[in-house]
Amino acid sequence: MRLLTHNMLSSNIKGVINGFPLRIEVEKVVEKPVDFNPDFLKNMFSKIEWKPLVDASRTMGYAELPEEADASMLDSHDFLQRFHHALLELHLEEGALICPETNRRFPVNKGIPNMLLHEDEV
Amino acid sequence: MWYLCVFYHRLLDYRKTEVESLAELFGENGDHKGKKLEWKLPLHHHPDSPFHFVDLSSDDIARSIANRSILVKGMYELWGQGSDYEELEESIRNFPEERKFPYLQPGSSFKISVESFGKAISFQEQNERIQGLAYIPFKGQVNLKSPDHKFCLLETADYGLNNGLPPIAQRRIFFGREVGGADRKLIPTYQLKSRTYLGPTAMDAEMAFLMANQALATSGKLVFDPFVGTGSILVGAAHFGAMTMGADIDIRVVRDGRGPDCNVWSNFKQYGLPPPIALLRADNNLPPWRPGLKEIFDAIICDPPYGVRAGGRKSGGRKLLKGIVAPYTVPDDKRTDHIPSTASYSLVECVHDLLDLAAKMLVMGGRLVFFYPMLREEDCVFNQFPEHPCFTLISSSEQILSSRYSRVLLTMVKRSSYTEEIAEAARLKHEEFRENHLKWLEDGNLHSAVFSPSVNRQLGVAGNGNVSKDPKPKYRGKYV
Repeated sequence: MRLLTHNMLSSNIKGVINGFPLRIEVEKVVEKPVDFNPDFLKNMFSKIEWKPLVDASRTMGYAELPEEADASMLDSHDFLQRFHHALLELHLEEGALICPETNRRFPVNKGIPNMLLHEDEV
Repeated sequence: MWYLCVFYHRLLDYRKTEVESLAELFGENGDHKGKKLEWKLPLHHHPDSPFHFVDLSSDDIARSIANRSILVKGMYELWGQGSDYEELEESIRNFPEERKFPYLQPGSSFKISVESFGKAISFQEQNERIQGLAYIPFKGQVNLKSPDHKFCLLETADYGLNNGLPPIAQRRIFFGREVGGADRKLIPTYQLKSRTYLGPTAMDAEMAFLMANQALATSGKLVFDPFVGTGSILVGAAHFGAMTMGADIDIRVVRDGRGPDCNVWSNFKQYGLPPPIALLRADNNLPPWRPGLKEIFDAIICDPPYGVRAGGRKSGGRKLLKGIVAPYTVPDDKRTDHIPSTASYSLVECVHDLLDLAAKMLVMGGRLVFFYPMLREEDCVFNQFPEHPCFTLISSSEQILSSRYSRVLLTMVKRSSYTEEIAEAARLKHEEFRENHLKWLEDGNLHSAVFSPSVNRQLGVAGNGNVSKDPKPKYRGKYV
């Protein structure tokens, strides 16, 4: 699971109001290279919640993202590289996503988050 | 400018829509996006003929379309046409010199090929026909391997039935300069039989590419498949450079596959494609996207489970334990490794969720491309396509799967943004749609319509001897 995915997901258990961002429980992080595509990053930037991305990348052991970011920074190649690395190359191979409200654990195995709810959660 | 567009004689319903989509992708019509291309048919030709004329603004666009297309055999600048070789000669002689001149220069190389539709032309006849073009003042060198300019002489037969098409009243001969041609080598490269990880409903490569073309998949775009399965549809989009993302409710399919080198990831690795940037297990009925997230996907491409070969599942199955009547609750000590049961998910509900998801998550102008089943028996009044107020249907292409049913590839464009009012309007529209379709699309009905013995047909034969007319000609779809 890349942090782009983490930035898109929330806990959708019935009754949960603040299901985002999910806390990350790290067991194993791997780096998987992805082709650098500035257009894609620029497209994604406006859709990303920045703070959760910064926090998530710290949890995964990468602390090179600035606390605050705005669209003017997209002109900087250095910024784009960091953004690219955090968003697409850090990969949670084993671990879990934890619902911030109920502490329900959504396991991540072989890089695939299992977001399916139990019968009594829908 | 008019170009002669020659198609492969396959998937007849998909051909023009593919060219129209690619024209938009490559910027034809500039700001007038969505303006339909203009088409013309050659004299006496049937709409299902492989020969069409299409109006495009430049050679570059025609070339880009032809090179990326799956169903265009070639795009040609027409130099002449006629019903016999005398007419052809006159027509070529009348084609403006200044248009011919740049391609006949000394120092350039060229090649002429001869193609025919509906008959085979022997090698000797081909040579004779090429010799017959001596009145064109070619000054360059012949080069069969990598010529600068390619020319093509195309002929249609003038006898009887023509690959099942209605008879051609008069034969037609075309001569033109090739502007671009399709890369059909893609299809053998990606064909399913060479793919390591397959499921029972894996999408064949040709169709996956067509879907990616309908979705305008290209570099820098994000394409999502909510029923990803073995990833067969995303392979097409990834080939054209799009970033891909997929979800499926069956975790065994997306996570485990059939082993370490036989899973969704390996299907991309096999072709040297970048793997999906995300695969997850999620339910299309209760998608886990965060509430504020919208307009993130450029396209959604999928083949929803319609209950013929695979049925849909959603979360929230109710396990009925002995003696318990109340809704099932998972005991606390069993939560960690609990495997939730799933409930069946009808096509109506599935399509509703898909449209709702697409309305929220697609960017403006983004495309939703998906298959929808259709019954072919009688004048089925239930064959109406799902609608949504955010979307405009821009094409529907039928592929016949059996005498009973076919599937239609629907391409919709998002034209208005998602609001509460629209969601409500969509709900009402869906209710109406659901009423109309309940009979056919509720659990099992489509399945039984496809698999049950045909009563109607036998009655037709035994009764008044009037076998129900096949609404679609036989040569379409997979019979081609």
